[in-house]
Amino acid sequence: MAYDATATGPGHDPGLRGIATDWGGDRQAFHVPWGKAMMWIFLLSDTFIFSCFLTGYMNVRASTRVPWPNPSEVFALSFGGEPIPLILIAIMTFILITSSGTMAMAVNMGYRGDRAKTAALMLITAAFGAMFVGMQAFEWTKLIIDEGVRPWSNPMGAPQFGSVFFMITGFHGAHVTLGVIYLTTVAMKVLRGDYEKRGYEIVEITGLYWHFVDLVWVFIFAFFYLW
Amino acid sequence: MAQDDTHQQHPLAIYFWIWGLLFVLSTFSYLVDIMGFEGYVRWGLILLFMFLKAGFIIAVFMHMMWERMALIYAIIGPPIVLLVLIGLMAVEGNYTVLTRLNFFGADTSEFAEHH
Repeated sequence: MAYDATATGPGHDPGLRGIATDWGGDRQAFHVPWGKAMMWIFLLSDTFIFSCFLTGYMNVRASTRVPWPNPSEVFALSFGGEPIPLILIAIMTFILITSSGTMAMAVNMGYRGDRAKTAALMLITAAFGAMFVGMQAFEWTKLIIDEGVRPWSNPMGAPQFGSVFFMITGFHGAHVTLGVIYLTTVAMKVLRGDYEKRGYEIVEITGLYWHFVDLVWVFIFAFFYLW
Repeated sequence: MAQDDTHQQHPLAIYFWIWGLLFVLSTFSYLVDIMGFEGYVRWGLILLFMFLKAGFIIAVFMHMMWERMALIYAIIGPPIVLLVLIGLMAVEGNYTVLTRLNFFGADTSEFAEHH
């Protein structure tokens, strides 16, 4: 029997809706709010982007003849005395972990229906995020102005160091910045009582994004700064 | 009803424990640099603390350990293929550096002058 593209079998919907119903088969695969499933799938795609960056970094670092600059020395900071290795990066790591903790508290308070505490904790999280971006801006300024690091060259060693650094930390910093905006927006809506009827899943979904930003930093810290 | 399934409501204590643990693990990974470990010990410790931190964040903070298997496998499964990419790029990087050393030699002083 020849295939008939115009066939309209039982329960066939026209157009895009037809695609969705045919693929869905009238079944729900993930028994979570759709927003949460979509956020997870977005984070999965973001995982691939960051993995490609880190794999690219591994490849250029492995393939250069020129010695790779020692991050422990490049990111050392002196407070009057001897330079302390990686100190700013360590502080940034602790700030991001602290913000992940306050975010987890916010999700918990959201499901308890405590509007004021939820919004406050989300705004505290956003403030920590802003602090992180501020320190990153300081780090970039120091590297560009004082150390003369450029995407195509630097005085410390392999020229690829600059492009990798700016690309990876820049993309992560953009994620933190977007997260701060996202958190502040949702916190304001929580405070206004927008989710009293709809439920507080949105706080958990926002939290997923924020924890992911922290998660990516764990890998950047290990592979770029410590390796 | 379905409330119990979709609401990720857990005792606060577990978040505080994981929060503390993440601080401790971060301190450890920072100490790897401070103590000056080198070679395989350094890389092994960095990876160990990294995977522990990542695991705790995903499992508890992102509530993955309380989700259904269907969602867990759909999200955790696909990134495993990245291991193939990482493996291929490691081999390729190795080949590139050998080729470069072969054709350009080990002298890299030219890079010190171009700024």
